[in-house]
Amino acid sequence: MRLLKSLALKELLVGMGLTGRYFFKRKFTVQYPEERAPISPRFRGLHAQRRYPNGEERCIACKLCEVVCPAMAITIESEQRADGSRRTTRYDIDLAKCIFCGFCEEACPVDAIVETRIYEYHAESRGELLMTKERLLAVGDKHEAQIAADREIEARYR
Amino acid sequence: MADLHNYTINFGPQHPAAHGVLRLILEMDGEVIERADPHIGLLHRGTEKLAEERHYLQSLPYMDRLDYVSMMSNEHAYCMAIEKMLAIEVPLRAQYIRVMFDEITRILNHLMWIGTHGLDVGAMALFLYAFREREDLFDCYEAVSGARMHAAYYRPGGVYRDLPDAMPRFAKGATKYHSADEIARLNDNRQGSLLDFIADFCSRFPGYVDEYETLLTDNRIWKQRLVDIGIVTPERALQLGFTGPMLRGSGIAWDLRKKQPYEVYDRLDFDIPVGTNGDCYDRYLVRVEEMRQSNRIILQCVDWLRKNPGPVIVDDHKVAPPPRAEVKSEMESLIHHFKLVSEGIHIPESEAYAAVEHPKGEFGIYLVSDGANRPYRLKIRAPGFAHLAAIDEMARGHMLADVVAIIGTQDIVFGEIDR
Repeated sequence: MRLLKSLALKELLVGMGLTGRYFFKRKFTVQYPEERAPISPRFRGLHAQRRYPNGEERCIACKLCEVVCPAMAITIESEQRADGSRRTTRYDIDLAKCIFCGFCEEACPVDAIVETRIYEYHAESRGELLMTKERLLAVGDKHEAQIAADREIEARYR
Repeated sequence: MADLHNYTINFGPQHPAAHGVLRLILEMDGEVIERADPHIGLLHRGTEKLAEERHYLQSLPYMDRLDYVSMMSNEHAYCMAIEKMLAIEVPLRAQYIRVMFDEITRILNHLMWIGTHGLDVGAMALFLYAFREREDLFDCYEAVSGARMHAAYYRPGGVYRDLPDAMPRFAKGATKYHSADEIARLNDNRQGSLLDFIADFCSRFPGYVDEYETLLTDNRIWKQRLVDIGIVTPERALQLGFTGPMLRGSGIAWDLRKKQPYEVYDRLDFDIPVGTNGDCYDRYLVRVEEMRQSNRIILQCVDWLRKNPGPVIVDDHKVAPPPRAEVKSEMESLIHHFKLVSEGIHIPESEAYAAVEHPKGEFGIYLVSDGANRPYRLKIRAPGFAHLAAIDEMARGHMLADVVAIIGTQDIVFGEIDR
């Protein structure tokens, strides 16, 4: 009996039957640029700096993100502004160093630095991977609606 | 002219079957291996030294990057070592979440292993199916932690956030490739919470494992490539320091989840599969059965987690940060938050070794603290290191093509070996 099964290539044919069935089944591929896989509101992608609704930047240069960053990717310099409030003069995140652990967002007491849902960005030179304060704020301005919605969903878990 | 016998070849570090950056110097007599000499260190990043320069929490994301196909298990060992030194009790719900994700990680790891092992030996289709299931599990990872691989989800004292009540869904509406109905069907199992999604996965998964077995278990090519290859006797397996499926494949029922239960493993019902011959085929069978057992454990955890809400991290603000709302309203919480983020946890002078049953074997973290906010020394016990060290013994006398099968069965990942 075993010999017969073996001669008839039974297990090979059963296996090929399985792959054959998959050949005709509905495909499970997500066609990436046109279609996108679901993204969780907790997603940790490209960083952004947020502003208050009145346009004032949130960051108060407390430097908690700088100190907690395991990869030391954040550099901050600050000074007192003319109106007496403490603000950053320089806020750089080096994306080439960043390990996207999300600790900066966890540390931030004013929800200024956040990680967004953006996962597709590129650079053609090393310098372009340095997110300066202006670029971070620009990302934040552009995606504020999504960022705020995600924080809203997550607020009760944190 | 000298009588030349041996021929030395380089296997890797660029060889696709070298699983990363393994450089193997093979001394051949014809096609027979006379000596296999692994050269390691090509992925060395100095994790142990880096940890000495960072406070305890900061080293946590680096644990993900040790064995980068079983991320949360690495974090688990690290967190357990810290908890041991601080003598803190993790909330029960956090323990169940950890166990559930440890087992999800085990399935992730074994799927990766079965896919690449199959691919190395010549079974291409399996790779595609294994990665389809991995995609679902990565979605679970992403739903809880926000990252598909390097989660940084476990924390000393619990886990970062509770499980979400909603799964992310595919965007509604038809696309160029799928009709609106098809997209809606993709969203079918994403209507409920994360636990519903995991339960749905667990109901489908045994069927998938059956499919893998249909493709491999009786397949004559698969058996020809694996049966009686790389035999390790139980005595030698112990002497070589094998753990995990490598040891169980040789017939020794050693599993830390049973032998020194951590977290809630002693409350869960599962079996330890054991091999008999200690060859590559037995190790294959052991790992496949482990996937089924992990599935069982996950279902039990889902069941418990559904019924028992509660805190997921300790209430001790010297260890775990206070909730966000308190930070924004209470002075004391804000101070705790600032101190914890900038200085981190202080651990009294002590040392601890914590080990988990990692998908690859016993993954241990040995921490020594001199009372500061960062470890005096961190030592990582990587299971893959002991396994790779045995490659010479396992490969000797086999053919060149069998080396690929042996590397596959050892389930080597260089992140942990080189650290």
